[in-house]
Amino acid sequence: MRHVYTWGAILVIVFFSVVGDILIARAMKQVGDVHALLRRSGLWTVIGRILSNANFFLGVAAMAVAFFSLLFALSWGDVSLVAPAAASLTFIGNAFAAKIFLHEKVDTRRWIAAMLVAAGVALLAG
Amino acid sequence: MTFRKYLVLAGVTVFAAAGDSMLSHGMKQTGEISIHHLQGVLLAILNPWVACGILLLLAFFAAYMNALSWADLTYVLPATSLGYVLLALVAKFLLHEQVSPLRWLGIALISGGVGFVAGGPALTSDKHSTSPLLSKSGRSGAPTDEAAPTNESAAAVSGGGEK
Repeated sequence: MRHVYTWGAILVIVFFSVVGDILIARAMKQVGDVHALLRRSGLWTVIGRILSNANFFLGVAAMAVAFFSLLFALSWGDVSLVAPAAASLTFIGNAFAAKIFLHEKVDTRRWIAAMLVAAGVALLAG
Repeated sequence: MTFRKYLVLAGVTVFAAAGDSMLSHGMKQTGEISIHHLQGVLLAILNPWVACGILLLLAFFAAYMNALSWADLTYVLPATSLGYVLLALVAKFLLHEQVSPLRWLGIALISGGVGFVAGGPALTSDKHSTSPLLSKSGRSGAPTDEAAPTNESAAAVSGGGEK
């Protein structure tokens, strides 16, 4: 039963992490290159633009849910399973979601990178 | 890619690794949180390790958002995954923990993944940087400069003969 809870928590963490990452990435693309923006119009413009972006708040909300699920799971779950499994699956989930929702060109190079990192993160738990 | 951008990626890497390990350390001190006593999560924040971890994760988040403003998500995530390698090296050389061969293989795979993605372009999706105003103003700059300008920045260049 504990395993069911643990994997349930992992899936919840992965889902909300991916949703959060995608929304934040979209928000920051809408805000624009922060370095160029800082040079051009200053810090307050950047902050104002971020705070007026709905995707940003939705993303933060999703990440907060993921964060507290992780905190919750870490306190009773097996740390060496929960943390790497969630991180590893989030890499794969993000690659799919970024391709579909952000229209990023996830080419062979990036797929290999995502797979290598996901496998490596999973192995670090061993 | 400028030096500043590499610094931002390094910040994402280091802040995430340090924040996560502090959080993990603090949560182990706090002990088990039961599903029937969810307020335990709020009490955990009072633990100094958890509090420091959260502060570091906020710094991570600022650097992460900065990076996402000029690079793809599928670039930033693998590029900053060296944090896991960092954690393993800290465990080996500072905490003198045993690092198994399987873990070294994991470290090698992650490093390989980072090398793979770092060799490619940082930004491939420019669908979201809509900039009808800026293309008219004819300002020269990096391709990623094309984020939609604010009213004030548009006004600032309009005096320079935009029309």
